[in-house]
Amino acid sequence: MSTNNPAPPADTAPDLPQDLEPTAPLSDEATDKKRERPISRSQLVWRRLKRKPNFWIGGVVIAGIALFAAFGGMINVYELNEQDIYNFNSPPSSQHWFGTDSIGVDLYVSLVHALRKSLLIGFLAAPLATLIAAFFGSLAGYLGGWVEMLMNWLVNLLLVLPVFYVLMIVSPMLASQSWLILVVAIGAFGWMIMAQIVKNQTKSLKDREYVKAARYMGVGTFTILHRHIIPNVASLLIVDAAIGVSGAVLSETALSFFGLGIQPPDISLGVLIAQGQNAAITRPWLFLFPAAFLVALLTAVNLVGDALRDAIDPTSEVNRA
Amino acid sequence: MIKYLLRRLVNYLILTVIATLFAYIAASSFFFPRRKYLTSSEPIPEASVDAILDRVNMNDKTPVLERTWRWITDVFTKPWIQKLNEDLNGDWVMHQLGLRAGVSLQLLFAGVLIGAILGVTLGVWGAVRQYKASDQIVSYASFVLISTPTFVLGLLLMVLTTWLNNSLGFQLIRFTGAYTPGVEDGLPKLLDRLNHMILPTIVLILFSAAGYSRYMRSVMLDVLGSDFIRTARAKGATRNHALIKHGVRVALIPMSTYFAYAFGTLVAGSAFLEIIFSWAGMGQYGINAVQVSDVNALTGNVCFTAVIILFSSMLSEILYAALDPRVRV
Repeated sequence: MSTNNPAPPADTAPDLPQDLEPTAPLSDEATDKKRERPISRSQLVWRRLKRKPNFWIGGVVIAGIALFAAFGGMINVYELNEQDIYNFNSPPSSQHWFGTDSIGVDLYVSLVHALRKSLLIGFLAAPLATLIAAFFGSLAGYLGGWVEMLMNWLVNLLLVLPVFYVLMIVSPMLASQSWLILVVAIGAFGWMIMAQIVKNQTKSLKDREYVKAARYMGVGTFTILHRHIIPNVASLLIVDAAIGVSGAVLSETALSFFGLGIQPPDISLGVLIAQGQNAAITRPWLFLFPAAFLVALLTAVNLVGDALRDAIDPTSEVNRA
Repeated sequence: MIKYLLRRLVNYLILTVIATLFAYIAASSFFFPRRKYLTSSEPIPEASVDAILDRVNMNDKTPVLERTWRWITDVFTKPWIQKLNEDLNGDWVMHQLGLRAGVSLQLLFAGVLIGAILGVTLGVWGAVRQYKASDQIVSYASFVLISTPTFVLGLLLMVLTTWLNNSLGFQLIRFTGAYTPGVEDGLPKLLDRLNHMILPTIVLILFSAAGYSRYMRSVMLDVLGSDFIRTARAKGATRNHALIKHGVRVALIPMSTYFAYAFGTLVAGSAFLEIIFSWAGMGQYGINAVQVSDVNALTGNVCFTAVIILFSSMLSEILYAALDPRVRV
């Protein structure tokens, strides 16, 4: 996991023209020998990333779903919760592209709105959880002592009591609140697993020579964490943030499915799937469309996360056995 | 070593107690059991609602702390069966837990064991064969499975099974409830139970194996790049020996942590399946409890869940200590 930055430029002029593409330090990226400035870490990651088919497949699907959620409503004549009394339980047709439910509500429009809510929840809650995990995990692993003990107790407590149960217990409180509170709740209870893994990795990292050297030079705790520990667990964090998005959407979906999250008439994927559940056998479109969108979205998110992992962690690419 | 594990066990026992207590206090504060009586078709006099709620210690007119104190004294003084009081249906919570534990455990046990072994194996295999066709297939399959909530997968399998049963003309796979009522004892009953287990168990195995294989592949890839693998190969170890003896062992260290925690997700996932497949298990009890604001039933369910997670965590501690000598201090 050698993810340290390449050495900073020493001899080049500070003001290279912007249109010159910088040179990569690694052989497979070094296409042009003339240019001397080493490329930055994010450029390096981006170069690897754009060669991953998974990244493009996942990215295109996410972008497609996001565009559908944002603008899909414009190309349809129906309003949310508008009832078409001539078409109850209509299968997908030219009039109702995804069919209608038992009271004639157009599923296409419902899906657009449901996706909006679920996307927002997922993409807000997951980074929140990962940030908390990175912070507490590395701090506890690095400092040890009572900080570690405190985190162990907190983490273990929340692990003995599964997250979904905590969310279930607080759900009566969420029901009357804005959906943003649901985001905070999902984020605030979703960081424990990752924090524990980060902590364990940090414990083995903090005895490495470069960390010791930094410490003995008087570098502050947070700088060491930021500069030496976090980059070394970045691959884990990124896999976590990616799987976290799907985890957050899953939490929302599951809570809403059992009537404990987003409450009708407000709508999300979980609400839609719950409504389609009883019709799954007789009117499959009511269940299959929302379920397919959910699975497609989450799969795409996971694909992007995996591509990111490979791009960030060069050892897994170069030294494959 | 034994001392270390015993200390962990005591830790987990305390945690279980705190978790249960926390669940009770939180549920008492957030739940509103009175709603059930307010919304009933014929109005019930307030005094009798109070009497019902007082009997099960869920009256919102009593302060939470006072209710909690009564709950604690109940737990310590009442006979075993009455310890967690009654649920809103008037049955002892302990009695319900006794009835439902077996149902949930048979489902969980199969799911965890087969799922973990399958997942870890697939993860190692995928890491070693990174980017080859077989790795890609396993990868994409587990991506899709991770992205499918257990209740969606369960519903999907139900739809498919219904089509299968219809096209066959008889019920090959039964999936409603944990068993068919009225089947005679002995072999038919056993077969009937196994038949009902097929669908939910498949869902749990697929779901957990997918998660394990992703994490295992991820960790294993990090390990494969390590110097000690190269050293082992340089010292003459065969490729398989270096991978399994040195690689897998090290990769399993973070996995053993993940093992305990994935279990919590699995318990929740299995609770969804119990609802979908109408199994009268622990998860169904818990989710119903939240839906009807039954504080006592929920607390009982949380206590049970905490105890089985305690067992899985202890297992993970033992694995961790066995794999990583550094923590045996």
